[in-house]
Amino acid sequence: MTFSDLLLQQTINGLSLGAMYALLALGFTLVYGILELINFAHFNVFMVGSFIGMWTLQLMGINGQAVVMTGLPLIGVMLVALFVTMLLSGGLGVVIERLSLRPLRNVKGPAAMITTIGVSYILFNIILLTVGADSKNYPNPLPPIQWALGDAVLRLREVLIWVISVLLMLGLHVFVQRSKMGKAMRATAQDPEAARMMGVEVDRVIIIAFFLGSALAGAGGLIFGLYYNFTSFIIGFTAGLRAFTAAVLGGIGNVPGAMLGGVIIGLVESMGGQFIATEWTDVIIFSILVLVLVFRPSGLMGRVAPNKS
Amino acid sequence: MPELLRFQDVNTHYGDLHVLKDVNYTIGQGEIVSLLGGNACGKSTTMKTIMGVVRPTTGSVIFDGVAIETMSTAERVKRGIAPVLEARRLFPRMTVYENLEMGAYTRKRGPDFNQDLERVYSLFPRVKERLNQVSGTLSGGEQQMVAIGRALMARPRLICMDEPSMGLSPLFVEQVFEIIQEINRQGMTIFMVEQNANMALSIAHRAYVLQTGKVVLSGSAAELRRDPSIREAYLGELQVT
Repeated sequence: MTFSDLLLQQTINGLSLGAMYALLALGFTLVYGILELINFAHFNVFMVGSFIGMWTLQLMGINGQAVVMTGLPLIGVMLVALFVTMLLSGGLGVVIERLSLRPLRNVKGPAAMITTIGVSYILFNIILLTVGADSKNYPNPLPPIQWALGDAVLRLREVLIWVISVLLMLGLHVFVQRSKMGKAMRATAQDPEAARMMGVEVDRVIIIAFFLGSALAGAGGLIFGLYYNFTSFIIGFTAGLRAFTAAVLGGIGNVPGAMLGGVIIGLVESMGGQFIATEWTDVIIFSILVLVLVFRPSGLMGRVAPNKS
Repeated sequence: MPELLRFQDVNTHYGDLHVLKDVNYTIGQGEIVSLLGGNACGKSTTMKTIMGVVRPTTGSVIFDGVAIETMSTAERVKRGIAPVLEARRLFPRMTVYENLEMGAYTRKRGPDFNQDLERVYSLFPRVKERLNQVSGTLSGGEQQMVAIGRALMARPRLICMDEPSMGLSPLFVEQVFEIIQEINRQGMTIFMVEQNANMALSIAHRAYVLQTGKVVLSGSAAELRRDPSIREAYLGELQVT
């Protein structure tokens, strides 16, 4: 492979990973923007979402890579899987918020954040104990279509991942910018007390933020399975930490920032793996996190935060 | 004059701190009533109690004949109370238009929304010029216009203003007070907390004076302007500055 083909191939890989991290990063950013809470349960909502996607595909009769579909049936199956996964993952996020975070709404300090770590472990162990520790072969009905670009290969699954991610992110962007609830979310993020005085029911805004963030994490989980052909109870931590880094890199609380951060982290992972060594991936990514926190704590697209006095 | 808002023996606490002490106010429909007092006397707590951010420990808040003290803020806004918050508190990274939309948050979007927009534009032609500007980049005076416009967009029956003159240049203070009078002439009831007692008493019909959480004086604005203790405590020092 020539250098430029390698570069192209790793760009394709990196954009696919980046799309997944971006979807996951959006959940961190939506919740942080409104509650200033880092929701570590998000890691494993992503993991559970990947299992929900797996079960949904299996219920539709797709097992492993044996069933191959094309055309409309494929699109239909993918839409159903995506819809069910997002709905149930979003629901899971809402349940987590209602049961474990709302009772702590007025508790100061890190109690809520630590609770999200606890919830994360609960989800992790529920899946470990019910599904088992072994990796699961992920159902994947995609036909093995691929295009050669020089020596680089673009597979149908990558195109599918890009299309799904771009549509979801566009949808979220339009929702946040244009819809009444989206405007209420932005208003609440900018000044919760003033938003409340306009008649915004802040608890509802929080529920919607958890639903949307968790639904996107579920979509990310489905994409993970389709991309790697497996899922397991442990996938949440690595992907979650990288997505969290993406959110901080872009500027946590900033929606376009999370998208940009996700793509950058995805590209860093694929390029680093190609041109340095995969063992160094996490070193590189978390070094970026440290550097961002030291030199530009508000992130690439974040505002320089005023001192809260 | 029919009564629109009444505080009946209201007490509020922040933890052990007793803020409002057996406070009674009555605000009639169509009035401008001003609330005067020094720092930390309970003025802002009064506003928060009206909006439902602070709940009274005892006593009742009655709006249009209905006790509202246990209602949510959203419910109060729907019933017709809109705030102009201290320091304006616009949503800084939303446009002027979006801020106005947020004012109408509890209402269904109908033709009357556009009517109200037109009304805001006619009161504040400057606001119309700045619709697509991010509100954080406006000057203080322009922000105050948007803040008042935002309150009007709720189509309220009572507007509660917390320090409308704060941080504005003298020229703008005068403009803002003229606008408040104009809105009042169109029938709006206004309850206004204000440090600038001189200005407040010049446009208010009546006023209450609050001191460490108690109402120590009340009466018509004209009476209070003549009251020696008011002249000394609130008017004198402000005329010097």
